[in-house]
Amino acid sequence: MTLQTQHPVPGAPPAAAVPRPKAHRFSALLHRSPNLRLAGLVTAPAGWLVLVYIAALAALLITAFWTVDTFTGKVSTEWTTENVVTVLTDPVYQRITLRTLWIAIAVTLIDLVLALPMAFFIAKVASPRWQKLLVVAVLMPLWASYLVKAYAWRNVLADGGLLEWLGTPVGLESPGYGETAVILTLAYIWLPFMILPIYAGFDRVPDSLLEASGDLGAKPLTTMRLVMFPLLVPSIIAGTIFTFSLSLGDYITAQIVGGTTQMLGTVVYANVGAANNLPFAAAVSLVPIAIITLYLFIVRRSGALNSL
Amino acid sequence: MRLSRSAKVILGVVTALVFLFIYLPLLLVVVNSFNADRTFGWPPQGFTLEWWGRAFDSPGVREAVVSSLWVAAVSTLISLVLGTLLALALLRYKFFGRDVISLLVILPIALPGIVTGIALNNMFTTILGVSLSMWTVVIAHATFCMVTVFNNVIARLRRMSGGLEEASADLGAGVFTTFRLVTFPQLRSALLAGGLLAFALSFDEIIVTTFTIGAGDTTLPIWILQNLFRPNQAPVVNVVAVVLIVVSIVPIWLAQRLSQDSVGIGATRVKVTEG
Repeated sequence: MTLQTQHPVPGAPPAAAVPRPKAHRFSALLHRSPNLRLAGLVTAPAGWLVLVYIAALAALLITAFWTVDTFTGKVSTEWTTENVVTVLTDPVYQRITLRTLWIAIAVTLIDLVLALPMAFFIAKVASPRWQKLLVVAVLMPLWASYLVKAYAWRNVLADGGLLEWLGTPVGLESPGYGETAVILTLAYIWLPFMILPIYAGFDRVPDSLLEASGDLGAKPLTTMRLVMFPLLVPSIIAGTIFTFSLSLGDYITAQIVGGTTQMLGTVVYANVGAANNLPFAAAVSLVPIAIITLYLFIVRRSGALNSL
Repeated sequence: MRLSRSAKVILGVVTALVFLFIYLPLLLVVVNSFNADRTFGWPPQGFTLEWWGRAFDSPGVREAVVSSLWVAAVSTLISLVLGTLLALALLRYKFFGRDVISLLVILPIALPGIVTGIALNNMFTTILGVSLSMWTVVIAHATFCMVTVFNNVIARLRRMSGGLEEASADLGAGVFTTFRLVTFPQLRSALLAGGLLAFALSFDEIIVTTFTIGAGDTTLPIWILQNLFRPNQAPVVNVVAVVLIVVSIVPIWLAQRLSQDSVGIGATRVKVTEG
């Protein structure tokens, strides 16, 4: 909306001459002042994000350094580094942290291996009609309930379930409920989050560039390595951020198919609920936050954050 | 790059196998909802409609569905308003802190749900002393649903030229009239798409919900989680799971048709190429 409109154009409706009701005056005021318009737009959503979310994250950080009164079971605001020190030094929590990290890395690698050929096929090999259809087919299960997907795998992996039935003739056993089951299920749940950014990355690589590479004598594999891959790195990293971060914070899948497998999330959940030790839960939750922040910091320069 | 025929075939086969991997477990849940065997042995020995009947008669399920619908509707409404305001502000104006806010809006969905969950739980119970209820769930859901609306609206705004709005202002329409008659009609399908996704996201959410819901309340996912490990409820859980699959696929499919320009999945935007 430009400035010229402040001066009524000859022939424009004589709105300015008529005494305006309040709403009109307010609208005119907004029209004159872009800052006021901006304030009107940004205050509510930014206020919500800061007051609800940022405040909550800050409070979480503070609570991690508080403690619980052993008699009353209430949070007491006495400062202590005990919780954080326990989480970092106790072998039990070190083991759980390493296991969670391993699960998140394994899930990310599996999803990467599955997503790369598939995204490439959808973006560069399939005909435009199929391309559209396949993208929808990837998107649909993305929104199907997380819980239902974990539950589906509980069915698949069950004693006498589908996997056993499929595997027995070829001599494979179902891994049963445990760490492997958690990795498989999480890889399944987060797979679309890896396929979509990588597909978008492939789609952005112009065909002409690939043809040029071919015309200059490069074999398909060379083209992939020297032309396609460097352009794709930000998309791949964007995908790994999702699968890695989402796996790192999981506890429901561990609960449903993990048997006795404990992840960081399991500890957080137990301390919020049964153990009623919020400061300790807060201290544990700082571990995934720190790991993800570190990861984001490392990949920041690749430009991946812009393709999120 | 010219791929050999066999390379194309191999890629196609791999893609088909991954799709099988994606859809087979979901299909299994659908089949098992009719499986006559309570322990879901495979292959099924017989089929029955009993579980479907029981699920529809269960008052627990009905209550959970109603509260899930209510939570999803209210959170969607809040995120529609906040997401649209934010998209308009970030795309139409340059201001201090703009980049920070655009990062802030994706943060609730980029950080693991457990972090969002415990952060809000801690703020409500320890810091503010508010008891958890359906309203605390709504506040939590609206916070992470905002991003789906924001993504859809900002993608639409990028494609819209400001010309029509300028013309409207030049012709004497006030700020609100211009929004109502010019901007809003162009945003309508993006809002519908973003709103549907937000609704589906909230309806299915479990992790943040477990941390922010009051002791006596249940949403549908909470009901599933509570009954998952009870042997005589498991068949009913299967039915509810199937209903959830269908309920979440319909809005996605609709949203997909409505927003031809882009699909907001959380924070990722995927352009669907025109055929």
